[in-house]
Amino acid sequence: MNPVNYLYLAALLFTIGATGVLIRRNAIVVFMCVELMLNACNLAFVAFSRLHGNLDGQIIAFFTMVVAAAEVVVGLAIIVSLFRSRHSASVDDASLMKL
Amino acid sequence: MTEQLAAYSTSTGEAVQFWVLGTVAVIGALCTVFMKRAVHSALCLAGTMIVLAVFYLANGAYFLGVVQIVVYTGAIMMLFLFVVMLVGVTAADSLKETIKGQRWLALLCGLGFGILLVGGIGNASLNDFSGVGEANAGGNVQGLASLMFTRYVFAFEITGALLITAAVGAMVLTHRERTERARTQRELAEQRVRDGKYLPPLPAPGVYARHNAVDIAGLLPDGTPSDLTVSKTLRDRGQVRDVSQEAINDLRAMEQRAEERLERRAIDPPNFKRAEEASK
Repeated sequence: MNPVNYLYLAALLFTIGATGVLIRRNAIVVFMCVELMLNACNLAFVAFSRLHGNLDGQIIAFFTMVVAAAEVVVGLAIIVSLFRSRHSASVDDASLMKL
Repeated sequence: MTEQLAAYSTSTGEAVQFWVLGTVAVIGALCTVFMKRAVHSALCLAGTMIVLAVFYLANGAYFLGVVQIVVYTGAIMMLFLFVVMLVGVTAADSLKETIKGQRWLALLCGLGFGILLVGGIGNASLNDFSGVGEANAGGNVQGLASLMFTRYVFAFEITGALLITAAVGAMVLTHRERTERARTQRELAEQRVRDGKYLPPLPAPGVYARHNAVDIAGLLPDGTPSDLTVSKTLRDRGQVRDVSQEAINDLRAMEQRAEERLERRAIDPPNFKRAEEASK
């Protein structure tokens, strides 16, 4: 097996995540799909790191993880505060600007 | 990890691992997208992330594999689960489309995008690869650290600022300051009288003859369940049990049993049978 297969898997997972972002309307699930896309990118970075034989890809994957952690914290806080004001976690309801 | 510099394929064990766990990862990702309840999505995503952690380990990224489990499955997914508990219980995803044909268009876009990506990877000439064996020679963590604190030290420090900003931002966003005084019970009662809506306490849940649980709607005189009797939270979650038909169904079942019994022993005189039973 060629390690390029990891790249194919990463592409597949990224596509599934992107499709989920487009399809789902629950803000939490949309957010999970974004996480899936980030993870797929990380897998691609790690696979690239192996293909190239240096550790830069792993460093970038590490930074992606840190940024993802920060992003999740803020994003979930936004979802919670949106839910408090609208009593719904649907992305469609957030199209109205006023409360 | 002792890999030669330029290899053309991985070991058979890794191939087996890839195909088995890769299938699991894809199924988990698909379930994340298509599960109806947010909790199920979160659990499927956690499974996918664990599989990805195994892949990181297989690719020689030992530190990242462990961090993936600790940070992603340990911290981030638990955060997701907590928010689902706070928010998602009532937020059942509506399956009605607001934009016509959006779902199919989205699937089409996803398919096209996937073909594009796979085609791009397929076109690249990646035949030989140099494993990370040489880079990991002094230890994976040591290798990462020596890169992170030299070439990427600026990004690393920015990351610290980012994390602090995120923590403060989360606190600011979820902190709720009470802008007006909470109304007392007397004021609420006066408000109710002024509005003339519903003055007495709400009717109690339960059907006294058979059930008195809080999630069972009381029945109106005509036998229909009344929404007023059940707490709004339970109504929103869709956890109201309807027992309005239960008594009638029980009666019907009983009648049917009695009929079967009578048919079977239609010849026997009922008095005789009862005497037989009493003698047992």
